[in-house]
Amino acid sequence: MRNIVSAISGGLFGLGLLISGMTDTAKVQGWLDLFGQWDPTLAFVLGGAILPMLLAWRVAARRKVSATGEAFPALPGPLIDGRLLTGSVLFGAGWALAGFCPGPAIASLTWGGLGGLVFVIAMVGGMVLSTVVGKRRLAAA
Amino acid sequence: MPLLSIPSDWLFGLLGGLIIGLSAAVLLLGNARILGASGILGSVIDGSEPDAATERLWFLGALIGVPAIAVLIFGAPQTNVSGDLPLLALAGVLVGLGTRLANGCTSGHGVCGMSRFSWRSIVSTLVYLAAGFVVMFVARHIFGVL
Repeated sequence: MRNIVSAISGGLFGLGLLISGMTDTAKVQGWLDLFGQWDPTLAFVLGGAILPMLLAWRVAARRKVSATGEAFPALPGPLIDGRLLTGSVLFGAGWALAGFCPGPAIASLTWGGLGGLVFVIAMVGGMVLSTVVGKRRLAAA
Repeated sequence: MPLLSIPSDWLFGLLGGLIIGLSAAVLLLGNARILGASGILGSVIDGSEPDAATERLWFLGALIGVPAIAVLIFGAPQTNVSGDLPLLALAGVLVGLGTRLANGCTSGHGVCGMSRFSWRSIVSTLVYLAAGFVVMFVARHIFGVL
C-alpha cells in the first residue's frame, strides 16, 4: 500500500513538473533573472503547489495518523545553522547555473538529453559528497 | 495564446503547481512523508533511511516513468539544457551537495515546509532564491554567460 501511494505521488509530481514548465531550464533561469527579462511563471507554480498543501497540513493536524497508520512528521525546530544557510546558498547557485532543481532534473531524465544526464549524475555525486562533508564536520566537533 | 489576457504559461504554471501540491498532499496524508525530491533521492543513495528505501524507489520510478509516457504520447517539451557539460556538472554537484546540507530543495522546503510555516524552510527558500537571483545576475549580466 505504501509503495502504491508513493508511486501515485511520484507520478503526479512528474506530471505537475512537466505541465508547469519546471522542466524547461530556460523558463527557470528566466524566473531567476530578476534584473533582466523576468519570467514570473514560477510564482504561479509555487503558489499553486502551496495551496493544496495548506489544506493537507490542516487535515493532518486534525487526524492523528496517515492513511497507512503512521504519525505525521513533527515540525522541525526553528534552528538556523551554518549547514542550512551554506547548503541553501550552494543550491541556489547551482539552480541558477543549470536551471534545474532536483525534481525536474529527475523527471526529465528520459528526454533531457546528455546535458540532463550529466546534471543528474553530478547531482548524485554532490549528494555522496555531502555525506563526507557531514562526517568531517562531526569529527571536527 | 492568451486567455482573458493572462499568458497561457502562467495558467499552465498554476495548473502544474496545483498537481505538484496534490502529489505532496497524497504522500503526506497517505504515507505521512514529506515530498522532498532531494531527500527522497539522497536517502536512497546514502542509505540513511533503509526502511523507506523501497517506497522511495517506487516514487522515483513513477517520477521518471509517468512523464516519459506523457512525452511519448504528447511529444517532448523543450528543456533548453545548456550544451556546456562542465558547467552542468558543476551545477549538479552544487545542487546535490547544497540540498543535502540544507535538508531540502524547492519541493521539500519551498512547497512542503513553507506551507506549514516552518521557519527553517522559509529561511532556506529565501536564501536559495536570493543566491539564485545573484548568481544569475552576475553570470548573465556581468560575465555574459548563461
